Amino acid sequence: MSTSVSEDDTVWTEHVSFIDRIPRWIAMLGLLAAVLAIWQASHSFGIVSPIILPSPGETGQDIIYVARNLISGGYMLKALWITTQEVLVGFLFAMLFGFSLGILVGETSFGERAVMPYLVAIDTMPKVAFAPLFLSWLGFGIASKVALAAFIATFPIVVGTAAGLHGHNENARMLFKTMGASRWQTLIKMKLPMGLPQIFTGLKIASVGVMAGAITAEFLGGGKGFGELIRVAASQLQTPRVFSLILYLSLLGFCLFWTVVLVERRLVFWHRSSGPTGAVR
Amino acid sequence: MDVPVKPADRPLTGRDTRPVYQLSRVSKKYRQGNIQALSAVDITLTEGSFSSIIGPSGCGKSTLLKIMAGVEPPSSGRVVLDGKPVTGPRRDIGMMFQQATLFPWRSTIENIVLPIEIREGRAAARKAHVDARELLELVGLEGFEEVYSHQLSGGMAQRAAICRMLITRPQVLLLDEPFSALDEISRDFMNLELQKVCMSRRATTMLITHSISEAVFLSDRVYVMSARPGQIIETIEIDLPRPRTTEMMVTPAFGVYVQRIRSLLDKGAFQ
Repeated sequence: MSTSVSEDDTVWTEHVSFIDRIPRWIAMLGLLAAVLAIWQASHSFGIVSPIILPSPGETGQDIIYVARNLISGGYMLKALWITTQEVLVGFLFAMLFGFSLGILVGETSFGERAVMPYLVAIDTMPKVAFAPLFLSWLGFGIASKVALAAFIATFPIVVGTAAGLHGHNENARMLFKTMGASRWQTLIKMKLPMGLPQIFTGLKIASVGVMAGAITAEFLGGGKGFGELIRVAASQLQTPRVFSLILYLSLLGFCLFWTVVLVERRLVFWHRSSGPTGAVR
Repeated sequence: MDVPVKPADRPLTGRDTRPVYQLSRVSKKYRQGNIQALSAVDITLTEGSFSSIIGPSGCGKSTLLKIMAGVEPPSSGRVVLDGKPVTGPRRDIGMMFQQATLFPWRSTIENIVLPIEIREGRAAARKAHVDARELLELVGLEGFEEVYSHQLSGGMAQRAAICRMLITRPQVLLLDEPFSALDEISRDFMNLELQKVCMSRRATTMLITHSISEAVFLSDRVYVMSARPGQIIETIEIDLPRPRTTEMMVTPAFGVYVQRIRSLLDKGAFQ
């Protein structure tokens, strides 16, 4: 037998399938193109009524129209600003309540034993059902929208914070004990930082929920926000407008979500590289 | 080992040196399950001595160490460090665990000064950076001040933990199986490092271990404990010269000590 290795000796090599070799952005663009093509085809062949589904071209034109209105500071920008305010203020309140309740539940046995069951009970309710209540309490202005947005976004933050505080390990607790750390020091210097990955998971879920809350409240309670524009456009069968408004609305949600992600990357820089659980060594 | 210590400077039995840590008739009974974890333990640590506790799993070694660290009260008995009874965690007690427990959001040096930060605040911790650098040098970690813990190997993390234990200049060091999570090669090396550190700082040290050879290698005195209720069945003075070297581990004298402890533990296990 020959000791030299020729190409023919290799009987088994790693096979990378075609789809795995395509760069990601090309795959994404390809899928988008395919969806647009099907969309255009269903329009061209008259499969779906234009009132139900406008053509991609029409929708594209409307997207540009809305963009112009937004850039020129038109009424749509004012509406978007109102919704942005609702979302941001709602998120701030959600963080305030979420962290406070989360620390109460995660740190004290009273919170864990007495408060948590109620939170779980409320969390299982469809929170959108509270919208009429907030409207009747707070009126048709911005306050009722902020309230529903904050209400929906509070729970993931509570759960994330409480879970994060429970996630500390026994060694770290023992170490802090031997250093004579107070309860406050243990919370601030150990439990909270160690729980940040879970807290941020809660914040990310909340950042999505807060949008849903604000828009739902606008649908139900009117006002001057972006949700109201969508509702009006839909009632007038301006389907292209509905599509383009939803697109811009999703940009707002996207910005909020990514702000949370960027803050997380700055604060929890140690998590990813220290393993999937962020284990303390 | 570049620490020249004459045998005379380092009394092996501690017969003529000051007792630092004294435990007399210390017992611990857990009400839950009515478990007698420790029964009438007497231990005296003399200044600069190295003692080990060895015993089967569940013999109450860790309970004993927690009592010595002041994080758990004994059910009865006296626990006195440096003339003052131990009633809680103290600055003059340094402790180290099986896991290094470095916090990943702190750099190595920030982890090391953490005990100062907890006890005296941030300003004092910043001042302690000078001491921390010295300690890092002592354990061969100079240049790793700003490195985060996930970039350190297991042995390096434990060396940083040694520095954190020493930063408050404790009177007594309590080690709870500090290197048992490391591989054997790093473990032997870390034991040499530990000896060097203890000798250069004249630290009074108490080690809990499962490893007979580790106990013999490091200690002036080995306490052998029995299973529950944990009590000390024999105290063995290890009369080997300092500094100990890895070559000593294959000498007949070393083997005799190992054999003696092993037979005591075996007897305890089968009684």
